[in-house]
Amino acid sequence: MKEKASKRSRSESMWGYIMIAPTIIGLLVLNIYPFLDTIKLSFSKTLPFGLYELRGVQNYVKMFASAEFWRANMNTIYFCVLTVPIGLFLALVVAVMLNTKIKGRTFFRAVFFLPMVVAPAAVAMVWKWIFNTEYGILNTLLMHHINWITDPNIVIVTCAIVAIWSNIGYDAVLLLSGLQNISQSYYEAASLDGATKLQQFFHITLPMVSPTLFVVLIMRLMSSIKVYDLIYMMIEQSNPALTSAQSLMYLFFRESFVTGDRGLGSAVVIWTVAFIGVVTLVQFWGQKKWVNYEV
Amino acid sequence: MNNSSLERARKIRTAGIYAFFIIGSIVMIFPFVWMLLTSFKTVEESMMVPPTILPAAWQLKNFTDAMASLPFGALYKNTLLMIFWRVVCAVVFSSMAGYAFAKLNFKGKDLLFSIVLVQQMLPSQIFITPQYQMLAKVGLTNSIFGLVFPGLVSAFGTFFMRQAYLGIPNEIAEAAYLDGCNQWQSFVKVMAPLTTASMAALAVFTAVFAYGDLMWPLIVNTDLNLMTLSSGLATLRGQFSTNFPVMMAGSLLAMIPMVVLYLFFQKQFIEGVAMTGGK
Repeated sequence: MKEKASKRSRSESMWGYIMIAPTIIGLLVLNIYPFLDTIKLSFSKTLPFGLYELRGVQNYVKMFASAEFWRANMNTIYFCVLTVPIGLFLALVVAVMLNTKIKGRTFFRAVFFLPMVVAPAAVAMVWKWIFNTEYGILNTLLMHHINWITDPNIVIVTCAIVAIWSNIGYDAVLLLSGLQNISQSYYEAASLDGATKLQQFFHITLPMVSPTLFVVLIMRLMSSIKVYDLIYMMIEQSNPALTSAQSLMYLFFRESFVTGDRGLGSAVVIWTVAFIGVVTLVQFWGQKKWVNYEV
Repeated sequence: MNNSSLERARKIRTAGIYAFFIIGSIVMIFPFVWMLLTSFKTVEESMMVPPTILPAAWQLKNFTDAMASLPFGALYKNTLLMIFWRVVCAVVFSSMAGYAFAKLNFKGKDLLFSIVLVQQMLPSQIFITPQYQMLAKVGLTNSIFGLVFPGLVSAFGTFFMRQAYLGIPNEIAEAAYLDGCNQWQSFVKVMAPLTTASMAALAVFTAVFAYGDLMWPLIVNTDLNLMTLSSGLATLRGQFSTNFPVMMAGSLLAMIPMVVLYLFFQKQFIEGVAMTGGK
């Protein structure tokens, strides 16, 4: 009997290792090694023919001395400040509305979610057309001549509008699943006590959905710090407003694959990871003040 | 009296919700309608002030122009293959690993699982340069394999499938074992079929994100015939920087397959993404 049990546990470990092997080998080759290699690259000088030479903190010194780098930081932060609070607020409003018992809510849910299934490249194309200064429909409707895409002071706002429009449905669907977990009995009790809908929202809905809201906030914040594709498609490299719109990941892409300075590019990406780490830590620390886990 | 005023308040609220949704829907759909209308206009017509709403003539020249400058057949094929292999790899390998991490005991399990967690916390851009250099070294840039490469395994999928298996009671695997199945057989015949909803969600999630991915395809495949729809569009933008009707036609061609799928499987798409939660 004992022998049988040990035979079983041996076969269990064997199958365990076999079944995780593809994933673990893949992660080591595709992620762990590249992660360490990027750190190494960030301390190396890029030589011709794909060669590198360890040079210490040279890339970081160059990066911190670069105005373009600091501008990219400011752009990224500005983009997050514009998109995350407004985007989450609108997504929450949409989710609350979708959580009411009205006819056609599946249809409306599908409509808000639509941008998710369209490649950001195609989304950016049509918005560029809508925002076109001379012939764009938006300027025609507004009867103004706003340089949405070439004015350095506006260009990030333009990208932020498109980002909010793109993500509102996705965030709303995630928030909606949080809202649907709230028991109806809370609302019934509140109604009997004479609470208005608005009071119910602030005293029941908001605290009860706060754990989901926190997850969506972290996810949205991280993906906003990493924003790249949308800005890349909206702002060509020849656009005079490029440096005013360039995000950290756009800078990384240009340094690494256009200019060809992969050492500097790697330094930018390491910096961004550290930045994301700090922001996430602050959020986890800050959540104690507003996220309610006592349900 | 009280009842009827309550009734009226309810009606006003419903009307308000509908008003919100109708305005919202217009904002969400208008860009696509405008894309469609513009794609049939001539360049001259698209630049008219004030603009025309409907095209004067529904001509297809923009579509033929877009197809002449981009090999759309190849782009569809490459995108489809990339999505197919990424989905297959993510679902198969993540199911296996997820099952092992959830249900089997072996030494070093926690340490190995921490590799999965670490990968999940790091943004994908940190891997890109070395991944590209590995492929370049063995001459596999400009290939379908190159497109699939970063998606061969999925840390997120592993984590997600592990959650699915954790939700299945141990007794079920135990019963299969007593029926004479070994670990592999009980995984394939008994456990995996119980996670089809999670597998479908992971497949949808993987497909949607692979389809939208832009940076990796741009870097790894520079040959036009090996680009994806996204990276191909980025190239079209460079060629026709002021010809918006052609760009709208190209964008439309690029988005149609996924949108058609979405129209048919709308529920599965949305629920799949809702299930995978905020990644």
